[in-house]
Amino acid sequence: MIQLDNVNKSYCMGKGEDASRLHVLKDVTMRVDAGEMVSIMGSSGSGKSTLLNVLGLLDSYDSGEYTLAGESMSELSPTRAASLRNRHIGFVFQSFNLLPFKTAVENVALPLYYQGIPRKKRLRVALENLEHVGLLPWASHRPTQLSGGQQQRVAIARALAAKPSMLLADEPTGALDTETSYQVMELLTGLNREGLTVVVVTHESDIAAMTQRTVRLRDGKVVEATTNAQDPLVPAVTL
Amino acid sequence: MNFVDSLQEVVDTLRSHPLRTMLTALSVAWGIFMLVILLAAGDGISKGVTHSFRDDAVNSLWVYGGQTQKPHGGHPVNRKITLTNDDYHLLSRDVPGVEHITSRFYFQFRTMTISHGNRRGAFDIRACHPDHKFLEKSIIKRGRFLNDLDIREARKVAVIGVAVVEPLFGQEDPMGKTIVLAGTHYTVVGIFDDDGRSSEQRKIYVPISTAQLLSGATSDVKQIMFTLDEKHQERSDAVKAAVREILAGHHNFSSQDKSALRIRDNLETYARVTSVFSGVRFFVWLVGLGTMAAGLLGVSNIMLISVKERTKEIGLRKALGATPRSIIRLVVEEALLITGISGLVGLGAAMGLVHFVREHLPVNDYFREPAVDLGTVLGATLVLVIAGVLSGLVPAYRAAQVNPVVALRDE
Repeated sequence: MIQLDNVNKSYCMGKGEDASRLHVLKDVTMRVDAGEMVSIMGSSGSGKSTLLNVLGLLDSYDSGEYTLAGESMSELSPTRAASLRNRHIGFVFQSFNLLPFKTAVENVALPLYYQGIPRKKRLRVALENLEHVGLLPWASHRPTQLSGGQQQRVAIARALAAKPSMLLADEPTGALDTETSYQVMELLTGLNREGLTVVVVTHESDIAAMTQRTVRLRDGKVVEATTNAQDPLVPAVTL
Repeated sequence: MNFVDSLQEVVDTLRSHPLRTMLTALSVAWGIFMLVILLAAGDGISKGVTHSFRDDAVNSLWVYGGQTQKPHGGHPVNRKITLTNDDYHLLSRDVPGVEHITSRFYFQFRTMTISHGNRRGAFDIRACHPDHKFLEKSIIKRGRFLNDLDIREARKVAVIGVAVVEPLFGQEDPMGKTIVLAGTHYTVVGIFDDDGRSSEQRKIYVPISTAQLLSGATSDVKQIMFTLDEKHQERSDAVKAAVREILAGHHNFSSQDKSALRIRDNLETYARVTSVFSGVRFFVWLVGLGTMAAGLLGVSNIMLISVKERTKEIGLRKALGATPRSIIRLVVEEALLITGISGLVGLGAAMGLVHFVREHLPVNDYFREPAVDLGTVLGATLVLVIAGVLSGLVPAYRAAQVNPVVALRDE
């Protein structure tokens, strides 16, 4: 599903004389197979969010090769990137990012709007997805009327609405308490068992432990890739 | 993406900020409201002025005797020049381009008491030639105006204005009846109307020869008025010069002596007033468009703020697969919707007010029948739509450049 080969990314810091380059991703090589659930761990500043942005086609990279579903991701136009994001990638964010003036079902339907699907069908598909995350009764509620866990489940339903090839979750439990966090992770592992590829960025090791494999980043480098114990059926993947 | 769908999306976002949407809409509505009101006001004033000229023929010259200021041919200065019947004949014979010509003479007083039976009233009496009806644009309602035979035979006939009928005759038919003026009986041979000031409908016309005869068989006239065959300034300037030349020869004053004759050139006055009003119209457009431009700048500005405030939303939309084009479309449609709807509201309100004023305006000489024509309205609407798109473009491109990574970064 995902293949990264020696991907480098650096940001320009400051301007003019003081400019210095911040090397955020250094020769990152990693692979996520279809149907896998992988966590990316690292402390703050390790480059894990940048890696997720690159994976999610929200950010470009400087060198190396990124192949998504067999297609090279270099030199993408913004329009092409938008369409790939729409078809292949579902995003889940730490702060949910639901639009406050739309109801739960309208939020879920939003990605389908950008696929040009008619409103009626959009809302039907959105309701199916809300049912999938167990929030059908809350379909016409606005985000502010929902709890944090419920909001994140709406966000997951939204990420699923366009039937993406994979789910990218950036600290999906970062704003939730432990119990709710586990419920959300349960939902994500459940989706993974149904065949969805899931990549979770987290800094919490208990969350990472719920995935099949953990890629550790430090200072922009992949330092370790371990197969997690609770699922011995998945073989370790070498880098 | 069909139109209804994207409209729904725009309406959703607009409804999420009702106050801001309302205020923005108000500024645009006000802009177009002012534009239309100003245009209508300009139209009303200009119609009022044009109307006030309807009283008299526009391409006419009115000649009055004056006082000399230059010695000439052995005559001292300050000699009074009085026009006579001879001048009337001279001008009608010798000035090229004279179309209709009349002289005017008054009795001892301009306004005199007229009676019919027990009824009496004070009215203006004008003694003139038959052509006078062209100069004053008198409209014959019944009977006839004065004719050449009346002049030649100095008949005691009168043509009365429509506003004279009721006070003197009540329900009685005035035609063929007699009115008494300074002890002389006149037969009413016609009734006329006049589109000009209402005072014009209270005049009574009698043959000039009759009035002169009854005023001591004088041949003096108060003024000579005539229309020109051609309606442009070169022609009336040439005719004015010819009039001065001819009358200077006849009365023995210098043709350079401007004060010996007073000549009122209605065409010149008309041209001057209409040029003032085309200036007014230009000014009205300028102010109106300025007001509208301010409203549209307001929209653009508020859209910029809105884009900035919605950076996160736009970033999210992009993450969910919105193309730059669809983001631009969202913002431009939003601007267009605000300007379009509020513009139409402003337009409607202005048209309503203009209509109300037109219906309830008391008749007056300065402001008449204000209106905005369809072309102006369509033009204003077109300007509005184009400006709506333009005002949305800058914010839209700003929005399209939102970087989803930055926008979605958690604080």
